[in-house]
Amino acid sequence: MKKAQSITEFVKEVKRGSISIVEHTEKIIEEAEKSNSQFHHFNLIAKKSALLQAKEIDAGIKTGQHKGKLLGVPISVKDCICVKDFESRAGSKILSGYLPLFDATVIAKAKKEGAIIIGKTAQDEFGFGTFSNNVGVDFEKPLNPLNPKRCCGGSSGGSAGFTSLTSLTHASIGQSTGGSIAAPASFCGVAGLTPTYGLVSRFGLIDYANSLDKIGTIGKTISDAALLLEVISGYDMNDSTSLKAEAQNLGNVKHLNDFRIGVVKEFFKGCEEKVQKECMNAINKLEEEGATVEEISLPLNAKYGIAAYYLASTTEASTNLARFCGMRYGLHDKLEGDFNEYFSKVRSQGFGIEAKRRILLGTFARMSGFRDAYYLKAMKVRTKLIKEFRQAFETVDVLVNPTMPIIAPTFGEIKKLSPLEQYAMDLCTVPANLAGLPHASVKVGEHKGMPVGLMITADHLQENKMVQAAKAVEELK
Amino acid sequence: MAKPKVDKKLLLKVSTNARLNLTGKEVDEFLPQLQEILKAFGKLDEIDVKDEKPSFQPLSLENVARKDLVEKCLSQEEALKNTKNKKDGYFMGPKVT
Repeated sequence: MKKAQSITEFVKEVKRGSISIVEHTEKIIEEAEKSNSQFHHFNLIAKKSALLQAKEIDAGIKTGQHKGKLLGVPISVKDCICVKDFESRAGSKILSGYLPLFDATVIAKAKKEGAIIIGKTAQDEFGFGTFSNNVGVDFEKPLNPLNPKRCCGGSSGGSAGFTSLTSLTHASIGQSTGGSIAAPASFCGVAGLTPTYGLVSRFGLIDYANSLDKIGTIGKTISDAALLLEVISGYDMNDSTSLKAEAQNLGNVKHLNDFRIGVVKEFFKGCEEKVQKECMNAINKLEEEGATVEEISLPLNAKYGIAAYYLASTTEASTNLARFCGMRYGLHDKLEGDFNEYFSKVRSQGFGIEAKRRILLGTFARMSGFRDAYYLKAMKVRTKLIKEFRQAFETVDVLVNPTMPIIAPTFGEIKKLSPLEQYAMDLCTVPANLAGLPHASVKVGEHKGMPVGLMITADHLQENKMVQAAKAVEELK
Repeated sequence: MAKPKVDKKLLLKVSTNARLNLTGKEVDEFLPQLQEILKAFGKLDEIDVKDEKPSFQPLSLENVARKDLVEKCLSQEEALKNTKNKKDGYFMGPKVT
């Protein structure tokens, strides 16, 4: 990953007048445009709008009108998050041409703090993937900037890829359903933060699975990602699942004494040896610095997490995606046949192969006669899995494990995996997502020249502990 | 709990419910994959959950309702902005009968 000035330092300089926001924005847009032909991190680069925003802010600073925690900071946004008048497709052909009439709450909050929205980042279609290989029809796969033969991870692949690639100050707003921030952060060697379910408003998010989706952040460092998370968090009356809580002053506590770290043994077992080793090295160093380390066992999550997650998420996805039918927005066709024929025609053209697979799986799991055996069963198992986490947090502050069992695979390696084998790669990330727990991924080492990420999970609304531990890991280097 | 047999007939029924027209190639690809996935997920039957309540959400949430007040909403023109199929200020859909 290329290093850049931190957001805090950048904003300080902007306020002092020593950085021209227009020039900085021009530079990052140029970098994005230039790199996109090779790496495909963006589905849309908003040159005109970003430069207009930059000019307004520059002018405002001179007259003392503009303040804000993200003053002039370029922010990229995962395609599934609505930005007013930006084509927002969630990486899917079925949303071709859709121009939202409003900003998602997170976008409105970021803009209010002076952020400049530079574009929409590439992703697995609707978030359906671990590698950003399941892009929609006619989309390009984002490539890992550290090695373009390898994937960025998914599903927020473009967000993590560009955060790693750019040499300028920048952060990204991503989204996770089952690990879609942590996985690409790990594969691209950047910092990813997924908050407690409900801490960040989902208003304006093109849903994958409502009971699992969280909007979160990706930055070059935990501090950058944490600052952006502080800005976008908070109660929103437009989201009925929004919590009356916000994240503030994240990670301000420095000392590690009395900090209790639980090493999840089952999640380590499923990982490549070198990945395990890099993670254990970091954990040992934290212990040397005063943290208490103990082994924690989460056998039910390790054994049943994947099955419960995929039944829950595909069921919810199949109902969410029912709204895409070529009528009100997105892909249209000539109005022919009856409504079932028309909807089926548009949907069959507009959805990619993995979207179809998950719609079928989810439709099956909630069909009359099968619902109790699959969907309802998964929801009950989920209760057990949440209880298992709750018990673990009685004795530790955070849980740690490798974010991903492997380093970023090549596209050739991915092709050899069956869908079930691909789903199994989410072993370590899915449980925390199913339980709605905040989690971070931070780089701890390398293997074959590619980054290895450590995942840090905290209890509900304990973002402060998550960030504190993640910062401590980052400072080990 | 007894599990249904996942065969071509069932897959086609599911795809009809999901409003997806599958090609022959897609049926051949999806059928063994879905069989494999559902077989693997059948392991949830090993856990006793008869005393558990389902978690439809990860956190217990209160039902939130806003005050019943008239607020600004999209104009008819805005609501129709993203569609190509419109007529006289309304969405135009395929025939229903």
